[in-house]
Amino acid sequence: MTKHAKARVFDLARRETDEPSSLVVRFGVEQPLRLMSGAVLAPWQCAYQTYGTLNAARSNAILICHALTGDQHVANVHPATGKPGWWQTMVGPGKAFDTDRYFVICANVLGGCMGTTGPSSTNPATGKPWALDLPVVTIRDMVNAQAKLIDHLGIDTLFAVAGGSMGGMQVLEWAASYPDRVFSALPIASAARHSAQNIAFGEVGRQAVMADPEWHGGRYIEAGTRPEKGLAVARMGGHITYLSEAALHNKFGRRLQNRTTPGFSFDADFQVESYLRHQGLSFVERFDANSYLYVTRAMDYFDLAADHGGILAQAFRGTRTRFCVVSFNSDWLFPTSESRQIVKALNAAAASVSFVEIETDKGHDAFLLDVPEFEATLRGFLDAAAKARGLPVAA
Amino acid sequence: MSVLEASAAPAKPLSAINGARVDLLTVADMIGPGARVLDVGCGDGELLRLLAETRGADARGIEISREGVSASMAKGLAVIQGDADADLAHYPDDAFDFVVLSQTLQAMRRPRWVIEQMLRIGRRGIVSFPNFGHWRIRAHLLFRGRMPVTDNLPDSWYDTPNIHFCTIRDFVDLVHEIDVEIEKAVALDRYGRPVRVNVPWWFWNLFGEQAVFLLRRRG
Repeated sequence: MTKHAKARVFDLARRETDEPSSLVVRFGVEQPLRLMSGAVLAPWQCAYQTYGTLNAARSNAILICHALTGDQHVANVHPATGKPGWWQTMVGPGKAFDTDRYFVICANVLGGCMGTTGPSSTNPATGKPWALDLPVVTIRDMVNAQAKLIDHLGIDTLFAVAGGSMGGMQVLEWAASYPDRVFSALPIASAARHSAQNIAFGEVGRQAVMADPEWHGGRYIEAGTRPEKGLAVARMGGHITYLSEAALHNKFGRRLQNRTTPGFSFDADFQVESYLRHQGLSFVERFDANSYLYVTRAMDYFDLAADHGGILAQAFRGTRTRFCVVSFNSDWLFPTSESRQIVKALNAAAASVSFVEIETDKGHDAFLLDVPEFEATLRGFLDAAAKARGLPVAA
Repeated sequence: MSVLEASAAPAKPLSAINGARVDLLTVADMIGPGARVLDVGCGDGELLRLLAETRGADARGIEISREGVSASMAKGLAVIQGDADADLAHYPDDAFDFVVLSQTLQAMRRPRWVIEQMLRIGRRGIVSFPNFGHWRIRAHLLFRGRMPVTDNLPDSWYDTPNIHFCTIRDFVDLVHEIDVEIEKAVALDRYGRPVRVNVPWWFWNLFGEQAVFLLRRRG
């Protein structure tokens, strides 16, 4: 990237952090956010997008929770990358999350970098970026922040809360913390706790960021730099875990990039190498390195059973929420066994739960991709839930 | 075998409900209104839907095939993709009023364990299965020397999900081994009609193509 282009990206990222190009609610000192760590955040802000129209009864709202590297731009052109929204396959007119019938809300998570308070936001006490002075946030903190947004929008009960991966963790936390406010819940390719293996992957990513000399102990914004190399490596490592061996093999195999014989060097000889480098580089353009630390940490701390006396079923006791749990057979980051743990606990709590394992070779990322059977499952569940909720059913 | 009394005709002929299979209607007839029901091996959810619509049941299902789960979910039913042979262990005691095993017993690896689990999870269990003691099946084996292929058992021996066939008499023996009481039993003829005559068990075993048993946990 040229120096000029870099400066442009840098400015854009800074602007989106404090002055996002989406909707934003600013909560003043009189509306503090109490975090699980005991810290209190005030003032703070939450950036979000909405699609469709809230009905008069305020009963058709769906909250979509984004994954680790997602944001609120679920179904519109992303302001930083110019690419379509991350769940454009599922959210829109006539799609599974039908914006002709539902009012879809998606908020940037607490600790994020697209307008909700996070480590790159300005700390009101110092006028400088928070960096690592921002208290560590948890999945429950993210959900509590979203609940304040939903209050602000005047919505009592959400028709559905849906999300994949880290978004699914938020869905479970919503169902556990606000059972009366969630009519139906769709935790997808997710888990009720972050596994040791996933914590290990997270640590590798964080260490890559912190090992970058441009990280400056987290104060890189004031230093006028960004730990791009470290964050790109973190993303490359993460990206491998989102795919599957079959998906990588089908896409790249051992094919070489722009050559017919090995170059006997450490350049990106293999196509899969250039692909990963590209993924890493395009990621640093839209994501903040410290946010990566905070959000991966939030996932690590997530353990819904531990929050309820060690028994996951306790988290859902007495729930009247309708659950739809989905996993993908080639997902090794959040394998089907993790979803089955959730289903077992919901059964033990006598909850209304549906579960399906979708067959695909696309790995964890399948929930973001066009997998017709997955789409049909969501559609079937949502249509039935809409009927039960007294919402108009699709024509 | 006095428990094997022919059932009285239903108060309202359930066969009046268009399109539903008679064995499913027989099962539905045994379930009281508003009951909590778990259908083990629910297929595409036809029985669950019938129970929800005609009995106001709080109905759930377990189904091993993804197609069946998707079809059931599209009907608005709560269905879990899973293997009953393993997953029933995860359900708590007394979670349901009725646990149903409709035309699924013969496909279970551990039929006895499954029945025990059913009556742990639910106060009552309903089991329907094709009767391998029916005269046509006996005749098939006796005269042709081949595994029978009938309307109720359409798969060839090498290509069938059914691994544990039994006769009505075998089933009754098994139930007596487990501490379970037979509350009601109905045999259906080849047209799905209840075998109405008050007859001894050997008659049912010979002329019933299917059997539907309502079981109750003792104590």
